[in-house]
Amino acid sequence: MRQFAIRMGLAALVAGLAVGSLGPLGSGAAWAASAENGKLAFMKHGCFQCHGTLGQGSVVTSGGKVLTDTQLPYESFQVFVRTTNRAMPPYSEKILSNDDLADIYAYLTSIPKAADYKTIPLLNQ
Amino acid sequence: MTRRRDPKVSRRGFLSGAAVAGAAVTAQGTGYAATGAESKPVDAPRLPSAVRPDARVAAAEVGTPKEMAKDNGAAGSDFMVDVIKTLDIEYLPCNPASSFRGIHESLINYGGNKKPEFLTCAHEESAVAMCHGYFKVAGKPLMTLVHGTVGLQHAAMAVYNAWCDRVPVIIMGGNDLDAAHRPPGVPTFHSAQDINAMVRDFTKWDDTPVSLQHFAQSFVRAYRIAMTPPYEPVALALDAGLQEHPIHENGEKLHIPKYVAATPPAGDANAVREAARLLANAERPVIVADRAARTPNGVKLLVELAELLQAPVVDQGGRMNFPNTHHLRRPPAVIGQADVVIGLELADYWATVNAFIDNGENDGHGLQESRIKPGTKLISINSVELLTKSNYQDFQRFQTVDIGMPADAEATLPALIEAVKAAIPNDRKAAIEKRGEAFRKAKAEAHDRTRALAAIGWDAQPISTARLTAELWPHIKDLDWSMVGSDRQMSNWASRLWPMEKHYHHLGGPGGYGVGYNLPAAVGAALANRALGRFSVNLQTDGDFMYAPGVLWTAARHKIPMLTVMHNNRGYHQEVMHVQRMSNRRNRVASLGNDLGPIGTRIENPDIDYAKLAASMGWWSAGPITDPNELASTFKKAVEVVKSGQPALVDVVTQPR
Repeated sequence: MRQFAIRMGLAALVAGLAVGSLGPLGSGAAWAASAENGKLAFMKHGCFQCHGTLGQGSVVTSGGKVLTDTQLPYESFQVFVRTTNRAMPPYSEKILSNDDLADIYAYLTSIPKAADYKTIPLLNQ
Repeated sequence: MTRRRDPKVSRRGFLSGAAVAGAAVTAQGTGYAATGAESKPVDAPRLPSAVRPDARVAAAEVGTPKEMAKDNGAAGSDFMVDVIKTLDIEYLPCNPASSFRGIHESLINYGGNKKPEFLTCAHEESAVAMCHGYFKVAGKPLMTLVHGTVGLQHAAMAVYNAWCDRVPVIIMGGNDLDAAHRPPGVPTFHSAQDINAMVRDFTKWDDTPVSLQHFAQSFVRAYRIAMTPPYEPVALALDAGLQEHPIHENGEKLHIPKYVAATPPAGDANAVREAARLLANAERPVIVADRAARTPNGVKLLVELAELLQAPVVDQGGRMNFPNTHHLRRPPAVIGQADVVIGLELADYWATVNAFIDNGENDGHGLQESRIKPGTKLISINSVELLTKSNYQDFQRFQTVDIGMPADAEATLPALIEAVKAAIPNDRKAAIEKRGEAFRKAKAEAHDRTRALAAIGWDAQPISTARLTAELWPHIKDLDWSMVGSDRQMSNWASRLWPMEKHYHHLGGPGGYGVGYNLPAAVGAALANRALGRFSVNLQTDGDFMYAPGVLWTAARHKIPMLTVMHNNRGYHQEVMHVQRMSNRRNRVASLGNDLGPIGTRIENPDIDYAKLAASMGWWSAGPITDPNELASTFKKAVEVVKSGQPALVDVVTQPR
């Protein structure tokens, strides 16, 4: 539990930096976004089920799409979530509020970039 | 066939209580005279051939048997064992039942419990799935015995999986066919006019032998039919009276037909030549294989064909068709660039060349999109076309192809290879070699991308399925290992990270996607690997595990070594997204209750302790593990246990996929 609290604290800290960096890319909702709330919303709305708790994705459930360290601008992210007609179902505002969506984006942008696989011995056998 | 009866006391000695019960029924005024079956009823409504069991009948069924009358002469079921032994069937995974007590006794006493050896199972579905998994390693079928009604109903889902996965299993169902003489009570509930009817839609052939000679012919015939591509399960109804009658009473001169394997059906020579012409002259030919490699030789043949054409191969994973280390192994996206596609034993050709998006559009039917360019030539070699039934439509949507060969792909490959060699124009050979170089480069780049993806979420808790897979690899890589369970629910990480080159490195999935297959099939596959000295590793989902975990006991009881690693994501994940999709389509928030997924889709609160469950059935076990840094040391211990000949389970709490 303590470890979880530390992780959440770090996530919030990083999120704060990330939200600050949204700058002109972010909408009003995105400016006020919270990565900590975003992590909870990411879980509550079932995003993690297909995308993994860290947005790592899956070839089976997300078509290999990775959300970790996403470079997608917030507006594009928002439009996709609201209107996609592909395998992922669209999430309307009634299901997922703008605030929650912005928080989720903040959470995703707060996740540290993955380590280079070349530095992980198990991936270089 | 009637069970032989003493007119005063039932042959089924332990049913002396039943005889008393029968007398009691008469005394209560059934209207039947008490002296034999030929007496006519007098002034009373006609009763069914057997009555519902009263307390005494039920007590007789479950009570201690009394001494039985001795049979004169060898039992019919002894001859049945003689027949079975000619086919070199190694094992009989089975849950015991009274309707086949005759042959059960013959197998273990007269037959010495060898070929086949009785393996006690806790569920008929587990028994059939064990046969299923065993075949995919050994290439030899097993048989099972089931109670004719209840046992076959338990087994039915596993039979359907075997049907869809084109796997031979010999199922024999005990049955008391003669309603006038079958023992009253439970044997009646467990008998039927035609027990095979229940599985007829998804077995290749079935029969109800009414004599021992009939049995001999039918058993050898069933084996031959099951083992002729397309392989499929077969069923025989095994009459209780036929098992228990002494042989001499039939007055038959019994003989056992010799089994000679059938030649697999190969493609028509003209069609093979035309297919070769298309492939040899194609700019971008693509080979797609699903259940193409029936045997290890199938893998070699497919490599030869691919290298001859320097054509990419998409392995859909029904079997291990093509080494994932080969530069020509490519992802499905290459199909979109093809000008000629050859599909080998594809379960679904339509979905190979079309995409389906389940998004509610098109009046709820979803979107359909072609994956191929207009004008792409399609070739199919598929033995399943030789055997299509109506009711269960596992043959998928209809796809028009330019050349269709209802034939066995592996049996056709040698002729196709020779035809391609003859058809390749000399002036195309350089271009074909150049095509291969491009795939070598693409393969290396793809491997780098895969490893980069595996690094994401490396330290995640719950543990990432990529990390789990990578942590396991160093412990098995120097062994002659075999992955006996599917990694599909784990984002295929094992298939992407572990080099798979031998046919037993990957065995494919259940076929019919009937959940509950993986665990028992893995035990069956591990059983086959045991004799070959291989190390069996099973990646196991939690939902599948809980269908019939009693097979863990079977593995421990019969000392089947295997390492099971739980992919414990605490949910029926496939269904999570279906409910979420429906909720979104109807613009409603999915109701979660107190869980992390829509109500009805999670396996939590309470969380299942798989390590304790396995330990209770005689397995070494560890977990649940939530810290990825604990995996290495735990896997090391577990592997040593398995190498000593015991099964071991490591429970790992994982990401959803």
